[in-house]
Amino acid sequence: MTQPETHQSDSAQQTLTAPLPAPVVEPRGRWVPSLVWLIPLLAALIGIALAGQAILASGPTIVISFKTAEGLEPNITKVKYKDVDIGEVKNIKLSEDLSQVLVAVELTRNAASFAVTDTRFWVVRPRIAASGVSGLNTLLSGSYIGVDAGQTNQVCKEFTGLETPPAITGDQKGQQFTLHSDTLGSLDIGSPVYYRRVPVGRVVASQLDKDGSGVTLSIFIHAPYDQYVRTNTRFWHASGINLNLNANGFNLNTQSLVAVLIGGIAFQTPPGQTPNQAAPNNSHFQLAADEADAMRGTSAQPIRIVFNFAQSLRGLSVGAPVDFRGITLGQVESIGVDYNPKTQTLRMPVTAILYPDRLSQSFAQAFNPKGQEQKAQLLTNLSKRGLRAQLRTGNLLTGQLYVALDMFPKAAPVKFDPTRQPFELPTLPNTLDQLQLQVTELVRKLDKIPFDEIGLHLNSTLKRTNHLLQQLETQLAPQARDLLLSAQKTFDAANATLQQGSPLQADIHQALTALTRTLQSLNALADYIERHPEALIHGKPRDNQ
Amino acid sequence: MKRLSAKQAGLVACPICQHVHRYEPALSTHHHLHCMRCGHRLYLRKPNSLTRTWAFLSAAAILYLPANLLPVMRTQSPFGIRDDTIMSGIALFWANGSWALATLVFIASILVPLLKLAVLSLLVLSTQCKATWQLRQRTALYRLVERVGRWSMLDIFVIMLTVGLVKFSSFTVITAGPGALAFGAVVILSLLASRQFDPRLMWDNLDSID
Repeated sequence: MTQPETHQSDSAQQTLTAPLPAPVVEPRGRWVPSLVWLIPLLAALIGIALAGQAILASGPTIVISFKTAEGLEPNITKVKYKDVDIGEVKNIKLSEDLSQVLVAVELTRNAASFAVTDTRFWVVRPRIAASGVSGLNTLLSGSYIGVDAGQTNQVCKEFTGLETPPAITGDQKGQQFTLHSDTLGSLDIGSPVYYRRVPVGRVVASQLDKDGSGVTLSIFIHAPYDQYVRTNTRFWHASGINLNLNANGFNLNTQSLVAVLIGGIAFQTPPGQTPNQAAPNNSHFQLAADEADAMRGTSAQPIRIVFNFAQSLRGLSVGAPVDFRGITLGQVESIGVDYNPKTQTLRMPVTAILYPDRLSQSFAQAFNPKGQEQKAQLLTNLSKRGLRAQLRTGNLLTGQLYVALDMFPKAAPVKFDPTRQPFELPTLPNTLDQLQLQVTELVRKLDKIPFDEIGLHLNSTLKRTNHLLQQLETQLAPQARDLLLSAQKTFDAANATLQQGSPLQADIHQALTALTRTLQSLNALADYIERHPEALIHGKPRDNQ
Repeated sequence: MKRLSAKQAGLVACPICQHVHRYEPALSTHHHLHCMRCGHRLYLRKPNSLTRTWAFLSAAAILYLPANLLPVMRTQSPFGIRDDTIMSGIALFWANGSWALATLVFIASILVPLLKLAVLSLLVLSTQCKATWQLRQRTALYRLVERVGRWSMLDIFVIMLTVGLVKFSSFTVITAGPGALAFGAVVILSLLASRQFDPRLMWDNLDSID
């Protein structure tokens, strides 16, 4: 068997080898390493480059805690700063105590500097508030995390996210001030701050004081308007509608409609005062209730004065002005009733506050020093010259009263007690009271008239008159009727005599005709005598024949 | 009847012009044989076939990682920017109810490339170990890899088609990501690897037994 196979192979080879050519033979060159391995090497380099690029592009991973993960999605939600993506949400999970949501964010390499302690994060989502609508662009693109870059260099990996966007960010220029107020009013975070009705800032924070006595607000005023805030600047509530009904009448003050709706703060340096230097950052100011309250000068210490009135104080209210010939010097602080056991009389003390700087400079200077004697002397002199307090009606419709100070030279002298504190100024009743006294006196005189006796006499007189009338009715009335009947007959006879066609009528007519003829003759005679006066002596000459 | 190969018969064909020459084993040890007609080099088996196949397979395997980890498609729309890898795209199709499409993309982009790499590795390893089992089946596997390999470009085709179609300027724009480049490289390197492999090396192991 083996023999035939070998034979067959040899025969085939011999058969094919004869006509086949031999290949060209060349010597083999030196051995070189195979270049095909460059391909996986290149692939490995590309893979390493891609991996390295991915690793280098990723920055630090931070954890932000929020109360809710509403709007956040892993691998989709971005972190944006000035609308530039600086990171992406990688993971969202609950904290161990289940009270918060921990959001793992991977920042880009360029944004590694955001991982510092004072950086702030918040979720930008659509918000509708009284101060406006924001974040509407996130309705389509989805919520994202906003960032406010911090300024420190201390690296931090865990942050507490803000639930609302911060009112101001670190890149906004301006200054922040602190206001103290009794009440928040209608202010809120975001309420505008006005200067001459131009919005220049807004409220960024508010909180109740620790002792509960007031409210502290932080406001931010943009540059360059913050230079208008000086150490003597006044702030007041510009929100709502200021409706005031007082002795001067009816006042309605309001700022812009925005301030009416969402509240606001206005500030200004008092007019007439020289501007002080600009207020430093984080200065503290008082927030007044309204502009009048803010502009009221509080530099000089107010003086407390007592007036004792002997009349009704109905219509006088706390806050009523104290007026000197039209200039408001102060206001009423309290109203009460006092009993003087020495004289056993009741009085109505009214305590008022006067502001000396409302008067002239010398007056303010006199009151500024703490010398009690100087103040007493000044008030004594003024009292001697007739300074008195008087209640006057400011508004007849509402019955509002105010305290008027004026000089009454003819007023009775009053002993002034310099040692009394607070000072007591003498008072005078007003003209209406005097008129009331006169009317009372008149009524007293009227009471002395004996109306009773007059009544009795009048009653007896009426009885006699009644009796007289009865006599007239029973006796004179019939006689009068008879008399009237006789008069009627007389008139009828006269009428018959005088009627047309009666003989008397004809006689009178003839008589009148003759009289007319006589008068005509006399008239002719008068004319002739006027033309020929000698006719009286010579008579009428005969006619020439 | 014993099978006779061209190598045993002392014949060698030019791979370019198919001219048949006599083969002298003694000469090929220290010399290069060239075709007397076209001058191309003559060899009984592809030179360094296993080495070259391993090189291309390694490169394809290395690039397979970024092909699946980096995004292949980026969609910009008013709803935001979305990057999708092959797996996230398949998951998105599956979640939206497009099961047929998800299955198709999974087979073309995930299953076929992995199987190609696995099959080629199997063939090369078995040949290096002088294995003689299942020679007919292994040859059939090789032909299958050769025929199916180029269809892995389906995913690249879909991505490029989508990029070209969806281009509403400033509203919705789809661009290809770096993952697409890596995936294309994987497919091409797989094709080259299968071309470098000489299946006749598997059958030579039979002759070595005799």
